[in-house]
Amino acid sequence: MASQTISSWGRLFSGEHGVFCLKSRYDPFPNITPFSSVLPYGNGRSYGDSCLNVGAAVLSSRFLDRFIDFDPQTGLLRCESGVLLADILRLVVPRGWFVPVTPGTAYVTVGGAIANDIHGKNHRRAGTFSRHVRRFELLRSNGERMMCAPEENASWFAATAGGLGLTGVITWAEIQLRRVIGPLMDVETIRFANLNEFMALCAESNCDFEYTVAWIDCLSKGRHLGRGVLRRANHAELLAAKSPRPRRQRFSVPFTPPFSLVNLTSLRLMNTAYYRLQRRNQRRIEHFESFFYPLDHVLCWNRLYGPRGMHQYQCVVPSAGGREAIEALLEAIARSGKGSFLAVLKSFGELNSPGMLSFPRAGLTLALDFPNRGTGIDQLFSQLDGIVQSVGGRLYPAKDGRMPGKLFRSGYPRWQEFSRFVDPRCSSSFWRRVMADV
Amino acid sequence: MKKVLIVGATSTIAGAVCRIFAERGDALMLVGRRADVLDATASDLRVRGARAVHVHTMDAGDLPSHETMLTRTGELLGGIDSVLIAYGTLSDQTACEQSGELTAAELHNNAVSVAALLTRIGALLSQRRAGTIAVISSVAGDRGRASNYVYGSGKALVTVFASGLRQRLYKSGVSVITIKPGFVDTPMTATFRKGMMWTTPQRIARGIVRAMDRSTPAVYLPRFWCPIMLAIKMIPENLFRRLRL
Repeated sequence: MASQTISSWGRLFSGEHGVFCLKSRYDPFPNITPFSSVLPYGNGRSYGDSCLNVGAAVLSSRFLDRFIDFDPQTGLLRCESGVLLADILRLVVPRGWFVPVTPGTAYVTVGGAIANDIHGKNHRRAGTFSRHVRRFELLRSNGERMMCAPEENASWFAATAGGLGLTGVITWAEIQLRRVIGPLMDVETIRFANLNEFMALCAESNCDFEYTVAWIDCLSKGRHLGRGVLRRANHAELLAAKSPRPRRQRFSVPFTPPFSLVNLTSLRLMNTAYYRLQRRNQRRIEHFESFFYPLDHVLCWNRLYGPRGMHQYQCVVPSAGGREAIEALLEAIARSGKGSFLAVLKSFGELNSPGMLSFPRAGLTLALDFPNRGTGIDQLFSQLDGIVQSVGGRLYPAKDGRMPGKLFRSGYPRWQEFSRFVDPRCSSSFWRRVMADV
Repeated sequence: MKKVLIVGATSTIAGAVCRIFAERGDALMLVGRRADVLDATASDLRVRGARAVHVHTMDAGDLPSHETMLTRTGELLGGIDSVLIAYGTLSDQTACEQSGELTAAELHNNAVSVAALLTRIGALLSQRRAGTIAVISSVAGDRGRASNYVYGSGKALVTVFASGLRQRLYKSGVSVITIKPGFVDTPMTATFRKGMMWTTPQRIARGIVRAMDRSTPAVYLPRFWCPIMLAIKMIPENLFRRLRL
């Protein structure tokens, strides 16, 4: 078996992996000798090391890409776990359905969506992805096939949802979709000058808007601290007769530039321009692709960060004391002068996340990215870790390649319960890292 | 709506072609060795919009079974408009070098059985004086190389056979299309290291459908292989034997 170099989406972590693949949901769990462990691998969109198993093997689901059944009356979809959300949308949107929860890219697999228990801009209304999963089949390395549902093998369901692929491989899943009229979104864009304004806007948007997300200019300090642009939207109640169409043309970053094109100068310019150009209260009809997946039009955009890649940092802080914590985080970042362009602020609702290791909980979540510029960044991250830990928050494993094991275990108190469900043949670079100092 | 027969339908490239046909609302007959995977592929294509999907289990190396399969396809689809022959195995070159039997078996599966099947299908379609037959050969069939000449020579037979058949059936209105893919990232090549020259089954599938729609006689997919293979074919044997390609 030849090995292949696989790097995660942040391009900061990579390594040699043996590659196995399942060709259909009927295939048995492969014999992985001579490798010590294997990690189910979807489309590799996780940023850090949670989708890697360096020095061992991955089990690719990319040929598990078949639909099994779709009922256009009830919106119940059954498909193999390697199907991308983009494939689902292409099939179901023309028939009046939409994925219940979507991240900022449609290029994630259903298996990955469950394994990371992903969330979207509609967390207040819909909760996490796994809340809409009716059941799935889990294939264990001992050959056992287990049907998992909230009411059947419930503990396995809870371990596998958000379980980072460590409990075995999901072969297929059944998802309840949500009704829409058509592909259009009714989007409002509003500028806010600081965090207080953001909180007020959020509270006001909660009852009338399904989707809410804010971009933050995290280079601004002082009285501008926490200024940004909020976008809120609903699925439009109109059909796409002569309305905006998705841009078909996709642009790919063809090669990795020798240095990061995202740097302090380009950031300051872009952030200020983006903020200034936003007129107050703009409302318009958009195609869902441009609302949910603006970056999907630029294939391989992660290359813009240069050969050294980027860090992502996404945390959630509980509602109580959340605003102050976010303020402290933003202050620390602005002080460090290492601002990130894609700083995204969302609020999570009260809906319970089904997984033992699910990331979302009620509160505020801030997602940041930083070009990898070596040592200085670690200091900043430790500072941010401190703030997150002091209010009882946690970091998102799908974005992480560096959180200390202690922070993981304090953020995810059910880790011990979870570890009993880990398949003896499954492991990941992430898991070994956060468990190293137990 | 077209009535399409796909032999080797569980291959990834054929699967991607089937999806394009399904989205057009065509009626399909899927032929392959593994019944469970055929059924899984069939339900996928039904969800994607195929008018009808039938399956038939057959090992193409078993030549007498071709007739039964073609009769059943004709009955179930009510005729055949297009055919895609997409099966084949990547021969284990080093194992073949040790075994005449294995070499012969590989050539039987990848070449002889294809020639037999093409003959039957050619006869069937030329009676109706219409139709398209596409067959997947390979860039490996353009020149024998030390690293995979068993596979390559099988594909060379397919290429030459299809070329002759194309000439013969031209007057009867049947198009024969030779597809020569380069390196494609499929389960067949899962263990290979992938570089710049590699492409996806989806891209190959779009090329196959385009060639079938336009009755292009022979295509390299992706097209950049055309000049590369032209150059490789021109290297004199005296020099070629010293190269490691």
